[in-house]
Amino acid sequence: MSATAVRTRARDSASSWPLLDRVGLACCWAAGLALAAVAAAIVLYMGWKGISQLKPSLLVTHPTGDVDQSKAGGFLDPLEGTLLLTGLGILLAVPIGVATALWLVEYGRPAPLARAVESGVEIIAGAPSVVLALFGLTVFSSSGLSFMSFRASGADEAFGRSFAIAGIVMSLIALPSVVAAAREALMQIPNHVREASLALGKTKAATIRRVLLPSIRPGIATGTTLGMGRIVGDTAIVVLLLGNTLLTEPQTDVPVLGLLRGTGSTLTSYVYNNSPAGEGNAPDKAYAAAFVLMVLVIGLNALAARIARGRDGGPAWIR
Amino acid sequence: MDPLMPPPVRRISLDAPPTVVEPPANGNGAGAGAGRARAGAEPSPHAVERMRCEGVTIAYGPKIAVNRVDLSIRQGEVLALIGPSGCGKTTLLRSLNRLTELTPSAARGGRIALDGEDLDAIEVTELRTRVSMVFQQPNPFPMSVFDNVAYALREGASRRPRKPALAEPVERALRRAGLWDEVKDNLEHPALRLSGGQQQRLCIARSLAAQPEVLLMDEPCSALDPVSTTTIERLILELREQIAVVIVTHNLQQAQRVADRVAFMYLGELVEQGTSDEIFRAPRAPRTRDYVGGAFG
Amino acid sequence: MRNAALAAKLRPRAAGRRLTRPERAELWLGALAVGLLALIAGMLVFVFRQAWPSFAHNGLSWFLPGGNANTQLADVYHSPADPAHYVYTLRAWPILYGTLLSTGLAVLFALPFSLLCALFMVEFAPPGIARLMTPTVRFLAAVPSVVYGLIGILVLAPWINDHLVSASFKLDVKPIVPIGGGGLLLATLILTVMIVPIMIAINADALRSVPRSWLEGSAALGVNRWRTWWKIGVRTARPAIAAGVVLATARALGEAIMLAMVSGSFIFAPNPLDGLNMLLEPIQPLAATIVVGAEGLSVKPYGQTLYAFAAVLLVSSMFLSIAGWAARQPMRRHGVR
Repeated sequence: MSATAVRTRARDSASSWPLLDRVGLACCWAAGLALAAVAAAIVLYMGWKGISQLKPSLLVTHPTGDVDQSKAGGFLDPLEGTLLLTGLGILLAVPIGVATALWLVEYGRPAPLARAVESGVEIIAGAPSVVLALFGLTVFSSSGLSFMSFRASGADEAFGRSFAIAGIVMSLIALPSVVAAAREALMQIPNHVREASLALGKTKAATIRRVLLPSIRPGIATGTTLGMGRIVGDTAIVVLLLGNTLLTEPQTDVPVLGLLRGTGSTLTSYVYNNSPAGEGNAPDKAYAAAFVLMVLVIGLNALAARIARGRDGGPAWIR
Repeated sequence: MDPLMPPPVRRISLDAPPTVVEPPANGNGAGAGAGRARAGAEPSPHAVERMRCEGVTIAYGPKIAVNRVDLSIRQGEVLALIGPSGCGKTTLLRSLNRLTELTPSAARGGRIALDGEDLDAIEVTELRTRVSMVFQQPNPFPMSVFDNVAYALREGASRRPRKPALAEPVERALRRAGLWDEVKDNLEHPALRLSGGQQQRLCIARSLAAQPEVLLMDEPCSALDPVSTTTIERLILELREQIAVVIVTHNLQQAQRVADRVAFMYLGELVEQGTSDEIFRAPRAPRTRDYVGGAFG
Repeated sequence: MRNAALAAKLRPRAAGRRLTRPERAELWLGALAVGLLALIAGMLVFVFRQAWPSFAHNGLSWFLPGGNANTQLADVYHSPADPAHYVYTLRAWPILYGTLLSTGLAVLFALPFSLLCALFMVEFAPPGIARLMTPTVRFLAAVPSVVYGLIGILVLAPWINDHLVSASFKLDVKPIVPIGGGGLLLATLILTVMIVPIMIAINADALRSVPRSWLEGSAALGVNRWRTWWKIGVRTARPAIAAGVVLATARALGEAIMLAMVSGSFIFAPNPLDGLNMLLEPIQPLAATIVVGAEGLSVKPYGQTLYAFAAVLLVSSMFLSIAGWAARQPMRRHGVR
């Protein structure tokens, strides 16, 4: 019988609509296609520029800052800087963000305080990264915190710029994505899961640790990758807080701490400085680095989307 | 064509108010005996066939929800579709104004005609103004009472009518739905602040404003209290003279109270149809007997 | 149950067993969350403490027009080393005006565009195209601002300079303001592309969560799809659309790097009397001014002036965030997140 069933037109056809409605529909199509065209143009142009300018050697040679572009080297240091900064920022942002989300969803009392914290997260999300950077600069310039960077001889203030400081401030711009994703995941866990755990005599803290945290792992992963994307793509904090030295320059020889106190650059600041807006004016290198940057950011975002989609496939609390 | 005899249509005398639909004295739902004693009920010579389904089949993907249903819908009488949940009665109802097409996986076979014209040949917006629908959950739009009723008039027209021109049809629709006296002083209030029963009557008024020829009602009282239910049932009886009414219900007492003709559906098939008396007093199919007798459902 | 609670209260606090004690866990998590509020308070205090000299010295006229802000900033930068003779004089109006203009125009373009795109995605695009739209929006949102700036400064600015700027106009205004390709037009254009994805995402979410019963109710009345979505869908989504506008405004206000690259980087208030040429005149919004001046942060009065810009940005973005958060609450009450 179903073989004889005809599929009728699923929707009303626009041909019968009043003129104004048809104009609206046409605008709708135009907007959608324009958006796709812009995206396609960016992909094609950056892809073409990136692939034609990017040589593998650029990824593994240190930059030299030479005016002659053939001797200016690659962007190994900016690449390392990006990875280091992203790692630092996300390491700080994830625990704080997850803890905040847990408190908001699982406790959230007194209620006015919870609402204040909720809007506080929004404020941090909305605060321009330049402002966050300047805030970090003034806090970490105070001489009491000079262990985070270094103090030039004779200066009464610390330098206030280092990997550690930039990483701390970067964690702020990743924080809202982590909080939002973790919160979303927590709210999707049905209450009977919590009740079942509590009914078994577990405390709330144990419920959180044993039941809730494992089940929101995909949510945390989504937030983490989105936050990493934001850190990788941010320029203002790097320009203001990483000291803007082309090479990664550790302070003192202590292996890890020296690096954290040191200065350097990232892919974003490398692109900025090599564009006509910066000093370098080496568009080819800028394109190549921008291409790598885009691949990183887009990859992180695609990963986040994939994790999020996987979560929809089956209820997370079962896994 | 129709294997069954055309059932007699009773006529309600318009000057005497219908007496059967008073709320039952004991207040816990109508007893079966309260059924069919309508004042002045007699067969209507004016029952006109408006819609006809021939071999209608509706499938959601591979799953067949409605299987080869033949049905006739007449103006001047109320047709009730009854059956256990999941039997396809709502799907059949939704196909009558092609709302099934909003579900991408749904496909339909067979022929449905409105006044002899194939449904697929009618432009769907026009069809839906002629065959309007009231849903199970009251769904007034988040706007004022007035705007709700005027909605179809405004948006159905290619040129939006001005508000003064709408006052009269809005009042007429609200009066027909029996809501006018309750809302006439606050037409500008948000519709979502009305009570559930008022909201459902508002939805009926919203449908009536566009002067439909057929009114489809999908369990219109299942979310309402007994008093609102009574009001809406009385309303249905008043409406049937002017338009054809199809009501889906799984409340058998309600079907007995309001319907002139009843069609029993089971697992997507139309098992039996006939006058209300035939179905409830002397069902022929064993499954109908079991269902009406309360053996399942 | 009560006995256990009582026992827990009476038992002396055991150190080192933090998370096994429920109330302690709550305390720790709560303290961390409230720490975020302290951070925001600290942000206000620290930024305003740095910014104060600039505001105090100029008073309300800080926000007003007067003189050439470029030379004023240069004077601040070249202040004498003696703190008693620091120069703070600044009339920041052209910077504020440039910020308002680029942000306002971008939001103005982005609102109808994003709404139409969201409608297209949610309802009107054929399924194949609709599936492509989500990654498209996600992609545009993910492109780093420095890449937008790079394309702007290397591709679009020269094109505008070659094709849209007339030689006579360039010559006319040469003594006052240099005209390159970068300027209000380019800044607004790229800013629009940058904020459209956020607005589309919020609008599309809101449109998707419009209750089906309302849309079906409208369709059942014979109202066509366009009017159904326009009258019922968009109307219901209004709070979220407002929230999207607010959040996008905040994003546009805070954009620094891209604007520093393409806005012309010359503090100037585009003159409406110049007609369409106004769009070609350079601006330098607040956030871009901070980035452009980053090298001078160590010069104390100059740094403090930059902090004043940051303070203005911080306060306005805080207001916008709270407004956007508040605007979304009605939707949330309807069960829409």
